[in-house]
Amino acid sequence: MATTVNPTIKDKDDLLIEDLGYDDHFHEHHDGDKYQSSFITTYIFSQDHKMIAKQFLITGMFWAIIGALMSLVFRLQLGFPDDSLAWLKPVLGKWIQLNAETGMGTLAPEFYYALVTMHGTIIVFFVLTAGLSGTFSNLLIPLQVGARDMASPLLNMLSYWFFFLAGVVMFASLFLSTGPFAGGWTAYPPLSALPQASSGSGAGMTLWVVSLVFFVVSVLLGGVNYITTVLNLRTKGMSMWRLPLTIWAFFITAIIGLLSFPVLVSGLLLIMFDRGLGTSFYLSEIFIGGQALDHVGGSPILYQHLFWFLGHPEVYIIILPAMGIVSEVLSVHARKPIFGYKAMVFSILAIAFLSFIVWAHHMFMSGVNPFISNFFVVFTLIIAVPSAVKVFNWIATLYGGNIRFNSASLFSIGFVSLFISGGLTGIFLGNSALDIQLHDTYFVVAHFHIVMGVAAFFGMFAGIYHWYPKMFGRFMNETLGRIHFWGTIAGSYAIFWPMHYLGMAGVPRRYYRFDTFDSFSHFTDMNQFITIAAIVVFALQVLFVINFFYSIWYGKKMTVKNPWQATTLEWTTPINVGHGNWEGNIPTVQRWAYDYGKDGHDFISQIEPLKEGEQTAH
Amino acid sequence: MTALVVFLCLILFAIIIVQIGKVTELAAKIRGEEEVQDMANRRQASYSLIFMIVFLVACVVSGAYYKNYMLGYGPHESASEHGSSIDSLFSITLFFTGIVFFITQILLFYFAYKFRAQKGRKAAYISHNNTLELVWTGIPAIVMAYLVIGGLDVWNEVMPDVGPDDEFIEVEATGFQFAWQLRYPGPDGQLGTRDFRMIKEGVNPLGQDWSDVKNHDDFLPNELVLPVNQKVRVRITSRDVLHNFYLPHFRVKMDAVPGMPTYFIFTPTKTTEEYRQQLSKYPEYQVPSPADSEKQMWETFEYELACAELCGKGHYSMKKLVRIVSQEEYEQWLSTQSSYYLGNIKGTEYDPIQEATTSAPAPVVEEATPVTEEAAAPEH
Ligand code: HEM
Ligand SMILES: [Cu+2]
Ligand SMILES: [Cu+2]
Repeated sequence: MATTVNPTIKDKDDLLIEDLGYDDHFHEHHDGDKYQSSFITTYIFSQDHKMIAKQFLITGMFWAIIGALMSLVFRLQLGFPDDSLAWLKPVLGKWIQLNAETGMGTLAPEFYYALVTMHGTIIVFFVLTAGLSGTFSNLLIPLQVGARDMASPLLNMLSYWFFFLAGVVMFASLFLSTGPFAGGWTAYPPLSALPQASSGSGAGMTLWVVSLVFFVVSVLLGGVNYITTVLNLRTKGMSMWRLPLTIWAFFITAIIGLLSFPVLVSGLLLIMFDRGLGTSFYLSEIFIGGQALDHVGGSPILYQHLFWFLGHPEVYIIILPAMGIVSEVLSVHARKPIFGYKAMVFSILAIAFLSFIVWAHHMFMSGVNPFISNFFVVFTLIIAVPSAVKVFNWIATLYGGNIRFNSASLFSIGFVSLFISGGLTGIFLGNSALDIQLHDTYFVVAHFHIVMGVAAFFGMFAGIYHWYPKMFGRFMNETLGRIHFWGTIAGSYAIFWPMHYLGMAGVPRRYYRFDTFDSFSHFTDMNQFITIAAIVVFALQVLFVINFFYSIWYGKKMTVKNPWQATTLEWTTPINVGHGNWEGNIPTVQRWAYDYGKDGHDFISQIEPLKEGEQTAH
Repeated sequence: MTALVVFLCLILFAIIIVQIGKVTELAAKIRGEEEVQDMANRRQASYSLIFMIVFLVACVVSGAYYKNYMLGYGPHESASEHGSSIDSLFSITLFFTGIVFFITQILLFYFAYKFRAQKGRKAAYISHNNTLELVWTGIPAIVMAYLVIGGLDVWNEVMPDVGPDDEFIEVEATGFQFAWQLRYPGPDGQLGTRDFRMIKEGVNPLGQDWSDVKNHDDFLPNELVLPVNQKVRVRITSRDVLHNFYLPHFRVKMDAVPGMPTYFIFTPTKTTEEYRQQLSKYPEYQVPSPADSEKQMWETFEYELACAELCGKGHYSMKKLVRIVSQEEYEQWLSTQSSYYLGNIKGTEYDPIQEATTSAPAPVVEEATPVTEEAAAPEH
């Protein structure tokens, strides 16, 4: 593994590609390379999917740090509500109110809610949607299906820049004198529709909507591209049933996104109409700020339907790419085929379909007709079945393996653990009768942070550690990676596990303090514990960031093309991949993606032809 | 200055980290990559076993430590009739998911440990197994079906509106930024009609239409007082944004939606005093109360009404006391409550009845809602 390969000597893969590959005359035209001629076209307005992937990743990391810092501030408030936050005054300015006598600095409640809202929006959309799906779909789709680039590199570039624009707008909203939007990441009207209702619902909400609309444009441009590329640009021999599970996941994710995100935009547009044009889609019979408003006949619940018609699929938009990555990484490092490949694909399809008909499980207590909830309970608990199947398949993939432990495989194992823990609490919440008590309590916070928040981050980390060499030609430091893993999994459980107990005790989420109610004020110690754990986990992520950037320049060099001995196509490209991905021919595909340990071979690359008499299911 | 110190500390931290990283890479060079990977496999595999044990033990221990906050167990038993079926559904779900949780977590980390890479071992080539797949699709499906049936059974028991012959007390809770306003129907047992356009802060907080005589005996108390063992139908409304009428001890929760009244029907089964007695048996309630150091915590216990839907910056503070009392005490309390109309409106400039002493009384409307809709009608 350590021996350096002389680049002029062709290895087995190069020969195979030369022999069996498909000559698309890509490098004769050279038009593919011309937009990479200057610094700007290479690093900024790049149309190369690999560079765009890195842009998504680094932007996502920027937002992850911002979002995490916000959570630290509001966790300090929850854990230590009576300690002074005056030291944050230089950063937060007027949002820290100083007591003239004692000098005690308190976080303004409206800013607490702004922080919670921004934290949720940023992590859900900018980090776990753009940063995860954007990064890995871009990086892996062309490389793993055997394409020179995305179907439309231009739209792909625009996709990133719309995301960037969305970020700029959201970032600007943080500095408004009225503060950013503060009505929760779900932005339910009338709170979000009426500037009188909350200071963040003025300009803050307008910018929030503008930002999200740009964001949706980004998702759609990206999605169209991912779908087209997977359908049309697969290399010869790459049938759908030979796609690695990563690609299946990205492909289905893109379809879900395409079908659901526009509905969010329509929901948001109607809010803007209600705010600006005097319509009453969501507003009725409201008396606020000493005044009865003219709006009658609207229903705030309509918004919730539109929001969650996106919102529920969105959580799968976040988790499916992570699932794809984990399936691939586990299989590679366990040196075994993923167990039940077809079952995995079918469960992705089932989850995708069902994710469109469960949205009202977020609305059991919203005042919708309780009879309707019966259907949503049934569909919601059905979706737990394909989810369970995936878990069993991952565990079975480990069984009988020869598992190579490194940061990537550890994070994949951690993902499965988290997905189990968080998925099981979904079964409580999906039962509407239990949701009466659990809705909008910390039980929900525990559920979705474990199953979606932390798990998706784990998928992302697994992907970063695993494909880092493909992105930067170097490795991240393993020791730091493992410290990062063990600290983060223990720390994340320390943060979110106790929240189940808070939820069972009935403590509501989105409370600025708990001591206003006797019923909710029993958990001072626990809240302090959670806050401290959050600070520790944050510090570990700083370690990751340092490792990431340090390794770009100083990490251990990748000296072989296929350091993990993986079967998929991305590892047949040169160490420093140029534009167009393969130097000569495009490889053609001869077998499925998971021939590990078959017939006594450690692995057989997808480009190797079947041997005579070789049995194959695919 | 402190900023500088913090900054230097961060730099130092970064340098240390990078150095740790370098050391291991050097070691890898000296020992050879394979040797190092082999060591890592052994070590990380045992960590995963250790983690599994610590994690699962922590789950059990913390669960035991907080057992008194579990639904349907210990001091926090539900205080309403339907609440106990929710609590037992919770326990059943916890039982099944608990089994799955332990089995899967143990298998996951144990397999990771057992099948760590070892020199000379080869991974098995197992691509799928249809029987297994069927089994582990089927079993969750059956368990899920069982839980769904149990859950829907409870749900359809709890949620439907009252029947035509049911006896119940109707009260109304209206959320606004940032408090609840309660309203009782008074002796006629009927809530008067409201129109949001008639709301006047400090004078007519709910926009009651005073020309409706049903409003004249309605009273607006400061706490929610209810008799034990009587069915209550709470009419939940909002004046401005979404709120949520949340009674944690009674397993009651329902959004308050402006423009659309919602309902929740429940029967309290324990008076405040009985609940205090229940708490008094637990050591964590036998400590001095933060509210009153003379008393123990259980003695100052009160049921509370909270808001459980984000409604703005004061969301966390929408508290009202709830008292569940015996029938006699309830009637006694009722007799001390006086009509808001008689006390605050009658004879003032806001009273529409004066000018129209000879006109016929307003037509009696069946339900409490329609007038608001009628008022809205001309707009369309
Ligand atoms: C095993 C299947 C699952 C079931 C049955 C389930 C069920 C539910 C239910 C009923 C709620 C609403 C709770 C409430 O607000 O009262 C909920 C909330 C949520 N779930 Fe799940 N869930 C499952 C898996 C997932 C997965 C895989 C994800 C993400 C990857 C996820 C993400 C979320 C999020 C983000 C929320 C909260 C949204 C909010 O209110 O802010 N869930 N889940
Ligand atoms: Cu959902
Ligand atoms: Cu509220």
